[in-house]
Amino acid sequence: MTNIMTASDVHLSYGPVEALHGISMNFEEKELTALLGPSGCGKSTFLRCLNRMNDDIDNIKITGKITFEDEDIYGSKMDLVKLRKEVGMVFQQPTPFPFSIYNNVAYGLHLAGVKDKSIIDQRVEESLKQAAIWNEVKDDLNKNAQALSGGQQQRICIARALAVHPKVVLLDEPTSALDPISSSEIEETLLSLKHEFTFIMVTHNLQQASRISDKTAFLMNGDLIEYGSTEDMFINPKKQITSDYLNGRFG
Amino acid sequence: MNAKTRDKVATAVIYALVSVVVVILFGIIGNILVSGVPHLSWHFLTSEASSYQAGGGVRDQLFNSLYLLVLTMIISLPIALGAAIYLAEYATDNWFTSLIRTTIEILSSLPSIVVGLFGYLLFVVQFGFGFSIISGALALTFFNLPTLTSNIEQAIAGVPQTQRDAGLALGLSNWKTIRGIVLPAALPGILTGVILSAGRIFGEAAALIYTAGQSGSTIDYSNWNPFSPTSFLNVMRPAETLAVHIWKVNTEGIIPDADIVSAATSALLIIVVILFNLGARALGNHLYRKLTAAKS
Repeated sequence: MTNIMTASDVHLSYGPVEALHGISMNFEEKELTALLGPSGCGKSTFLRCLNRMNDDIDNIKITGKITFEDEDIYGSKMDLVKLRKEVGMVFQQPTPFPFSIYNNVAYGLHLAGVKDKSIIDQRVEESLKQAAIWNEVKDDLNKNAQALSGGQQQRICIARALAVHPKVVLLDEPTSALDPISSSEIEETLLSLKHEFTFIMVTHNLQQASRISDKTAFLMNGDLIEYGSTEDMFINPKKQITSDYLNGRFG
Repeated sequence: MNAKTRDKVATAVIYALVSVVVVILFGIIGNILVSGVPHLSWHFLTSEASSYQAGGGVRDQLFNSLYLLVLTMIISLPIALGAAIYLAEYATDNWFTSLIRTTIEILSSLPSIVVGLFGYLLFVVQFGFGFSIISGALALTFFNLPTLTSNIEQAIAGVPQTQRDAGLALGLSNWKTIRGIVLPAALPGILTGVILSAGRIFGEAAALIYTAGQSGSTIDYSNWNPFSPTSFLNVMRPAETLAVHIWKVNTEGIIPDADIVSAATSALLIIVVILFNLGARALGNHLYRKLTAAKS
């Protein structure tokens, strides 16, 4: 196993309020890491640091170091477009663009300068298959993606993120806005893909984390409390507070 | 009164109020159409207005109205779009932004006669454009900009933040996210704003009386040289529009059929506005499909 992303002593503050108090953790390649914690613990904020989605927020200050493949992503030489091509993201609310299904998935490829129609066609099909939605939409690729159901939209967004062949995909509560059936379809999708991609997923759903993640990190009030293999953590948590949270005593 | 009765009363009141609105609107439009449409004829649409005798038409007024509308839109749409994008996407919450917004609100409630007199002093007199189409178009731009800007701004601001995040997360720059995702998503709303203001422009009279003038010069529709004084494309010629024509025949007209002419012109004005709305909607749907469907 090799490290693909490393965060060292990441502090983040909005104006005078510090939201992350020094988070250090490694992410292994081709694993699914779940970030757990009560609302407001900073897990989404931390996730959004990993592809610099927090950059445009006013009054924000981020210190510490985050590396992706040994390169400092906040370094002056970092190309933001390249970083976001390698580190894709899927949001809590499905966010299909108001385009056709085909163009949604092809958008990142157009952006990356892929011109060859046959390559784009093939990548669109491959990504839609990986996101387990190909069979439902293959005859309707010109349909507006916003006309699909929520679960389908979310899988289109996963396909869109996968189409540019990222190495890491960040998932910000990807199933919390979906019904249970759609959620379990997304979980299946992630399970089948986690040997090809590195996933880092924020979730509120403890069962989901225990079902599909390899590693789990527990965050609270801007601190990383515990981080280890999901199995160890759920069966034998090292800290009392982790155990309390996992057993539903708070949060 | 229990909750159920109260609910019934409230519903009845709401229905009553909406019927008042519907009756007034249909009454006005119906009245105009019923009294005007019978006098509309091919002859009316294709002949010049008459000064003394009965039987004149509104050919030039109709063309002038359309021409002024197109020119005003060409001038004001890019400016309003740019300003709206700035306000919705780039402006930070500070005193300067709220100053701009307050100014826009004040300007949009400015009476059009004031805009007309301002246009008269600035364009007609100061710039020496005279009573001309260009003076009228510039005055209408001033009249139109505030409303158009805030309509477009609202359409852009209505696009969910998640769409912008998704664009940024794919590696799009700010501008590419705006151009490639936010603007297409906002297009139906932008078009509604354009349609609404086009209706206002088309029916505007007060702002034009002192800027585009009330007299029609002789116009030659086969003269395509925009610099020739008789060309229909010449922007320096004075031009009376449909709305101004209605005002004129009713105030200082001496034609014997002034009633008929103004009724028919009003009907024509309304019909053109309706046609324009339908056309713009169709165009909007077409554009939206084109922007959002697969490129093949």
